[in-house]
Amino acid sequence: MNNKGVDQSKRQFLTTALTVVGAVGTGYLAVPFLAQMQPSAKAMAAGAPVEVDISKMEPGQLIRVAWRGKPVWILNRTAQVLETLKTLDNELRDPLSQESIQPESSKNPVRSIKPEIFVAVGLCTHLGCSPTFRPEIAPNDLGDKWKGGFFCPCHGSWFDLAGRVYRGVPAPTNLEIPPYRYITDTQLIVGESAEEASA
Amino acid sequence: MKRSRITEVNDWFLERFPLTKLWNEHMAHYYAPKNFNFWYFFGSLALLVLVNQILTGIFLTMNYKPDAKLAFDSVEYIMRDVNWGWLIRYMHSTGSSAFFIVVYLHMFRGLLYGSFKHPRELIWIFGMLLFVALMAEAFMGYLLPWGQMSYWGAQVIISLFSAIPVIGDDLSLWLRGDYVVSDATLNRFFAFHVIAVPLALVMLVFLHIVALHEVGSNNPDGIEIKKLKDPWGHPVDGIPFHPYYTVKDLVGVGVFMLFFATVIFYMPEMGGYFLEHANFIPADPMKTPEHIAPVWYFTPFYAILRAIPDKFAGVIGMGGAIVVLFLLPWLDRSPVKSIRYRGGIYKKALCLFVISFLALGYLGTQPATPTATIFARLFTTIYFGFFLLMPIYTRWEKTKPVPKRLTKVHSLEEQLHTLEEQLPTLIEEITVLKPAATEIGHSAFKGSSFTRQPNPEGIKNVISRLVKKVKGSLD
Repeated sequence: MNNKGVDQSKRQFLTTALTVVGAVGTGYLAVPFLAQMQPSAKAMAAGAPVEVDISKMEPGQLIRVAWRGKPVWILNRTAQVLETLKTLDNELRDPLSQESIQPESSKNPVRSIKPEIFVAVGLCTHLGCSPTFRPEIAPNDLGDKWKGGFFCPCHGSWFDLAGRVYRGVPAPTNLEIPPYRYITDTQLIVGESAEEASA
Repeated sequence: MKRSRITEVNDWFLERFPLTKLWNEHMAHYYAPKNFNFWYFFGSLALLVLVNQILTGIFLTMNYKPDAKLAFDSVEYIMRDVNWGWLIRYMHSTGSSAFFIVVYLHMFRGLLYGSFKHPRELIWIFGMLLFVALMAEAFMGYLLPWGQMSYWGAQVIISLFSAIPVIGDDLSLWLRGDYVVSDATLNRFFAFHVIAVPLALVMLVFLHIVALHEVGSNNPDGIEIKKLKDPWGHPVDGIPFHPYYTVKDLVGVGVFMLFFATVIFYMPEMGGYFLEHANFIPADPMKTPEHIAPVWYFTPFYAILRAIPDKFAGVIGMGGAIVVLFLLPWLDRSPVKSIRYRGGIYKKALCLFVISFLALGYLGTQPATPTATIFARLFTTIYFGFFLLMPIYTRWEKTKPVPKRLTKVHSLEEQLHTLEEQLPTLIEEITVLKPAATEIGHSAFKGSSFTRQPNPEGIKNVISRLVKKVKGSLD
């Protein structure tokens, strides 16, 4: 090819301009493909609130309901459990739930609206396994320090019966508390917070 | 002479497609070092397993249903009702474990003979990309049967991404396509598993081989055979890949198939290591199995993740264990490639590394007890120490002189012959001849029979010689 007398800078400009335009176009074209991997409208709609009847719950009983496909625990805590919770602060990473996810109404030491009824998303904040409910005190496999709580079998994280994480385990924060509110004294709705309802 | 029809068709074809040229370049005139040992089987075996996975995979998709409601049952349908479905599925599931065995051995060969070193850095990089793609492929394939392990394994691995600061949560949501692992996740993993990742794998294999054939194969002596050529321009220490190595590799294929078939027909679950027990229970998003562990080939990395008591640092550690492998060609500063001529320090370091890799693999299958965690931390330290201290200790290394030509390989017959010669003296040394303890009623043998009894002194001598020899070979 004979390049004599050709204005190279114009060629360079055209090449660069075309590359930039092409890259922008490719970027735009990528958007629908990447965006289609986001949760679909149907998946978002499936996050509808769930009503739970707690009138038949015995003290110490735990029930599981599905909300957005996640396990949600509802635990009826005994007075003894609530007493134990007060003594644990020194062993916990975030006893006052400053860095954890919960609605404003549950941001208290026992992490619930009514002290007895504890509601939480049953997925470990480490890597999303569902911890096991271990209310017994000092069982053989968990040792003398165990005061009753939730134990994650996957990577060994410890939570107390208010879903607060212990120090020195892989989970970074307390268990998530979903938005929920009471419709009546014995009926609650998971997926809608008290704040939203009153607003 | 009149040209035959066949020659004419042949010529017509060759004028339009360089088949002969390609064949010669990559097979008949591709010169490979003549001293390949059994470690060199694993490259071609990896290719064989890839073909096995693709073929069996195609037939599995004919009956599998990527739907959260149907997936588990469709796998059982393949196992029970589809003609030969059990065989095709076991070939596929055993093939995935075989793939990792073969690839780990192939990578270890690289560590032994310095195949990742100059000028083969790119081959190593392509190989590592293959390894990462293979892990992605295996992970996504494991979700498809939609058993308990599939489900919770995917939940844990996708959650790894949520540990990334700022974008983590959105990223894991985007990967799942839902708030939890669900039908959307299963469906997209199916798409990735059957088309996207296999395409990437095939392209990377192509790049891996093109790069290899450009620079030529390394060998157990770690000598560049291209430095010495005969008058025709062929390396004096090279032999054409075809027929010499195609035939040799066929022997490897035969031995491999023997093991492969044994597993498929007699132990397809491999005691819960190839197919985990909990995966025979359908996925239940409400309940995690008591003990979850990944399939064996991920356990070393999983053990590293668990060893670090912090979410983000754990994920960094796990990712770093793989990233550090990419950097290997630049971490190793030794001028010598092969372990045969490297100093004792590398041999010992490699030994420690292999032990820690296997130990981490074992620990990853076990529950995380406090003792196990301490050991996992120790071996994680050794794992990273091997790589990160490499720039220092490979510089101190006292290497041996590397010969100009490939060293002679002792054939099996020669080795057997030497063994035959040495065996009687060895037996003489470790045993002592004693008169047989005579029993009443066996008077016919009285006084004439001797038995060989172990000689503790001789055994001690032989063991100390063996230990000295092992120690000597490590220096």
